[in-house]
Amino acid sequence: MKTVGVGLIIVIALALQTSLARFLTPGANVIDLVFVAVVYIALTGGAGAGLIAGAVAGLAQDSLAATGTSMISVGAGVVTARSIIGIGGLAKTVVGFVAGVIGSQFIVARPLPRALVFFTATVAHAIMFGGLYRVIDPIYAQPTYGAMFSQAGAHALVGVLMFQIVELIPGVADRRRSMGGGMHINRRLD
Amino acid sequence: MPATDFRQRTAVLFIAVLVGHVLLISAQVNSRGGVPLLEMVTFGAFSEVQRGAAGLTGGLRGGWSGYVSLRGVRAENEQLRRQLGELQVAFQQERAKAERTRQLERLLGFQHDVQIETIPASVIGASASSEFHTLTIDRGSNAGVARNMAVIAPTGVVGRIVTPTAHAAKVQVLIDRNAAAGALVERSRAQGVVVGAAVELLRMDYVAVTADVKAGDTIVTSGIDGIYPKGFVIGKVESVEGGNGIYKAIRVRPSVDFNRLEEILVVKAPPSQALPGEGPS
Repeated sequence: MKTVGVGLIIVIALALQTSLARFLTPGANVIDLVFVAVVYIALTGGAGAGLIAGAVAGLAQDSLAATGTSMISVGAGVVTARSIIGIGGLAKTVVGFVAGVIGSQFIVARPLPRALVFFTATVAHAIMFGGLYRVIDPIYAQPTYGAMFSQAGAHALVGVLMFQIVELIPGVADRRRSMGGGMHINRRLD
Repeated sequence: MPATDFRQRTAVLFIAVLVGHVLLISAQVNSRGGVPLLEMVTFGAFSEVQRGAAGLTGGLRGGWSGYVSLRGVRAENEQLRRQLGELQVAFQQERAKAERTRQLERLLGFQHDVQIETIPASVIGASASSEFHTLTIDRGSNAGVARNMAVIAPTGVVGRIVTPTAHAAKVQVLIDRNAAAGALVERSRAQGVVVGAAVELLRMDYVAVTADVKAGDTIVTSGIDGIYPKGFVIGKVESVEGGNGIYKAIRVRPSVDFNRLEEILVVKAPPSQALPGEGPS
């Protein structure tokens, strides 16, 4: 996968995410299109593309969402809170790399295995992101298991749909089979 | 051999990227300021993409609502006309009350000027991450928007400006987990801090168990934080529990519907200038 293609997918995912998030229920954590894009890139482009996409997309997301440090004091108490740039980047880098390794070591060409990768990657990302944040910011409230699994299900659905839609474009599936798939097979044979 | 090289290179790249991230995170933990430059550059560049995307979605929505979704508009019009009539009557009554209050204030020697200067802006985007709650507006430092200015809507408080760039600004919404505002219960004047919890409801902390607070009470800004002008509606108390024995556990439903916001107002002057004569209470 070419660098321009990776960049374009991330920018489109960010633009869609920031446009759609306005209309979603606050706190619902329904879907993270940027995350879906990273796993898609990792599965189609391999570990290298996955880790670069994860790092770039994660850092971009962190920077765009960052709210800096705030400190409000009133009589009895002081509320200090901060957002850290890099935690989302780190979590997405690891997920992109591992998803890329899985994509090149196993046959992930059918909807069910793809859905499983998206689902597991979402859970792993949520645990990693929450865990890292908790280390730095003890007041960080992790999302509930219900929210995490519903997001994982939504990501699995959107991820599989994304593959199906892209493969409907004439020639894409054949090209992937002859180039991407072949490249992974050759690597394994070497 | 080439495959081994490739794998080694990928592994080295992976470790290098991880180390880079750890260093970036560590730098922010050590310094209180964070990395404003990276944040500013990324946000400034991407806000133009958001502006384009907002224009596109706005056009699509305009087309839908202007041509396709016109069913029931006549009935809605009638209902709105009736509501407008009722509101005009209520407005007349409120104006009469306000005039009486002004006369009383003059008698008591108060010199309040509650005219707040604002900058109108449109929402063009939302947070890129579902973990944080921000909005992007189409007015930036060129229009006079600056960091820590309060952002309000007709129904209540929206949040504050955290990152202004030349043509856009990032607003931290009150429900964001890092957001907080000085608040008080309008009825009993009990003070506390309203804190975002990354869910639909807000939390009101530091309200003593002895304070008089009940479900349905209106929560307004206290002005004590130096960001939000005093007296703006934050929301209504949804539930009150005993808490930890020292402070009550209070949940507040925001009065603003954050996922339907399109037009907002940025309060130009800080609270001390916006409401002269009203200091922290």
